[in-house]
Amino acid sequence: MKVKYFAWVRERVGKAEETIEPPATVRTVEELIAWLSGLSETYAYAFEKPKVIRAAIDHAHVRPDAAIAGAREIAFFPPMTGG
Amino acid sequence: MTGPVTIRVQQDDFDVAREIAGLTRGRTDIGAVVSFSGICRSDEDSAKVAALTLEHYPGMAEEEIGRHVDEAISRWPLDGVTVIHRVGRFMPGQNIVLVVTASQHRKAAFEAAEFLMDYLKTSAPFWKKEESATGTGWVEAHARDDEAAARWTKS
Repeated sequence: MKVKYFAWVRERVGKAEETIEPPATVRTVEELIAWLSGLSETYAYAFEKPKVIRAAIDHAHVRPDAAIAGAREIAFFPPMTGG
Repeated sequence: MTGPVTIRVQQDDFDVAREIAGLTRGRTDIGAVVSFSGICRSDEDSAKVAALTLEHYPGMAEEEIGRHVDEAISRWPLDGVTVIHRVGRFMPGQNIVLVVTASQHRKAAFEAAEFLMDYLKTSAPFWKKEESATGTGWVEAHARDDEAAARWTKS
């Protein structure tokens, strides 16, 4: 699946998007954050405060317990500050 | 609703008068148009802002605004809605966002415009980065914006 990062999450991860293949045991958004955090110190730093991170699946906001099965695109970003 | 819906995310500036005319031209049934302009200001929490950079999530930003425009249309009798959000780097005084609502009566136009702005701030995927004399950093979300949006939740 494709993963996109925005704002300071993008800056901390060091890239705007990538394609990842998490194991089947990773079922939810919060499990995906935990799995990414275990990949390297870079991800661990980006996701050091997982409660602050917002997520979207296929362009719609989702909660941390949302299932990622079938997702084409998952995005992680800080709380929004537009307008 | 009988009227146009326009949602744009763009770098270019907008012309408020032209956008209002786009909703009212040729119509005699619209009695109220409300426009809200959000402008880059120099003072943010006592720091002098030199510039703001707006980043967005292409695709989702337009869709998320569209979902809230749909909800506004379902809640108020509107005859046209225009939402324009700019992205890029802005100096104090420059336009950032425009919401225009048209209706037969002012109450619907006022309320729908406020509803749309409250949700634009808290749920449309845009992020501001601020440049000031003390450095550059991402603007933090304000609890007051979440509270403003929560007012519209039906209980």
